Amino acid sequence: MADTKYIYAVARVRTHEKDLLDAGFMDQLAAAKDEHSALKMLYEHGWGSDGMKAEEIFSRKEDETWAFMRELLGDISVFNVFFYKNDFHNLKAAIKESCIAGTHPGIFAARGTLDPKWIQDKIDNRRFADLPESMSTVTREATDTLLSTRDGQLCDVIVDAGALRAIRAAGKKSENEILNRYGELTVATSDIKIAVRAARIGKPLDFMKMALVPCDTLDVKELGEAAARGEDAVFDVLNRTPYHADVDILKKSMAQFERRCDDRLIEAIRPQRHNSFGLGPLAAYILATETEIRSLRIILSGKRNHFPEDYIRERIRLTYA
Amino acid sequence: MGLFFAILGAVCAALFSGIGSAIGVGRAGQAAAGVTTDQPDLFGRVLVLQLLPGTQGIYGLLIGFITLSQIGVMGGSATALSTGKGLMYFAACLPMALVGLISAIQQANAAVASINMISKSPDQFGKSMIFPAMVETYAILALLISILAIFGLSSVAA
Repeated sequence: MADTKYIYAVARVRTHEKDLLDAGFMDQLAAAKDEHSALKMLYEHGWGSDGMKAEEIFSRKEDETWAFMRELLGDISVFNVFFYKNDFHNLKAAIKESCIAGTHPGIFAARGTLDPKWIQDKIDNRRFADLPESMSTVTREATDTLLSTRDGQLCDVIVDAGALRAIRAAGKKSENEILNRYGELTVATSDIKIAVRAARIGKPLDFMKMALVPCDTLDVKELGEAAARGEDAVFDVLNRTPYHADVDILKKSMAQFERRCDDRLIEAIRPQRHNSFGLGPLAAYILATETEIRSLRIILSGKRNHFPEDYIRERIRLTYA
Repeated sequence: MGLFFAILGAVCAALFSGIGSAIGVGRAGQAAAGVTTDQPDLFGRVLVLQLLPGTQGIYGLLIGFITLSQIGVMGGSATALSTGKGLMYFAACLPMALVGLISAIQQANAAVASINMISKSPDQFGKSMIFPAMVETYAILALLISILAIFGLSSVAA
């Protein structure tokens, strides 16, 4: 049965989808002679205005996207799954700020569900129970670990695992196909990246147990044990999962695998272009905008650092448009 | 009792078709409003698509009128009907009542998709009209069978 709650919102998103960048434009940008020319093309396409720097343009675009969603839905908590990575980034920053002497301005990310200052206050006063359930245990564990071991990396691993658990749970709770898929793919691809990297540097099984987060498409116990044995064992395990086609890509480069992860998400949301009902087209528009910005960031940073065109081109993500 | 069933049939035809059309026009109206917010120049085109699911309500009303005039309620010359004939009128109204309800809602779903289609490709208006219009076929078939049945009943003994 059609979900008729979002008909107006979907119709407005359809109009805005016309402004999404297509693969042809990305190609033109990649072929630009330098960053200045690429930026000029973006200005002409309605992204930012003369003189704006790349990060300013992207930040404005993200603000516009979320303002548009707020205008359509009023309450955008249904999309909290997209904000958790920022919340947990802020949590990491706040834990370190609290445990390590000195203040470090500009460490917090914008667009979280919680005010970073509020998180900082709770950590400074050791009121972990006041934090949301998905954060409180993680915060206690990460803070104790950092204070007792001074190992910032270990603290990051604990918080990152907490973030992935929160994203997976929020995706499932949403009962929306796209948000659920986003949660699943985010966790599965993170697990794969962690397993491969950990196997390459010879991390022990205890690390895998801490870092890998359960999901529906991977057996993380098996993946962790394989990672402790080595990279080839990880690839053997992956060959028996829905991610078997990624093994060859992983063997080539992690950057290519990251592109593959983003492309897989775009492939998953593309059918929403033809869906007139439900939350799916809205979630797809948000993800499409995020992926578009990621591609533009790669292109502009590549141009800034004078990377060859082919090097940039092979990192450009699929477009939703 | 026969008169009761005949009136019930007329009411059902107008009621269910009207409900379907109200839902349908409302649903298509939401999509039309969404498109018109950002592209006011498309108002005329989306309005036509919004109105398509409204026809079932008119067909239901027509069946209601015909039934009521056939049994004399409209002209003030209502006479007693046998239960059998009343039930026959009721049955004659059912195609329009049921098909009207369902086809209006389904036509609205197609109209919403077509409205979204012309928001992206305004020059495809002609094609976008076809998809919801196809659903209309079944409302017209139901209208036809209800009309034939109701007029056919006038020659059946009370």
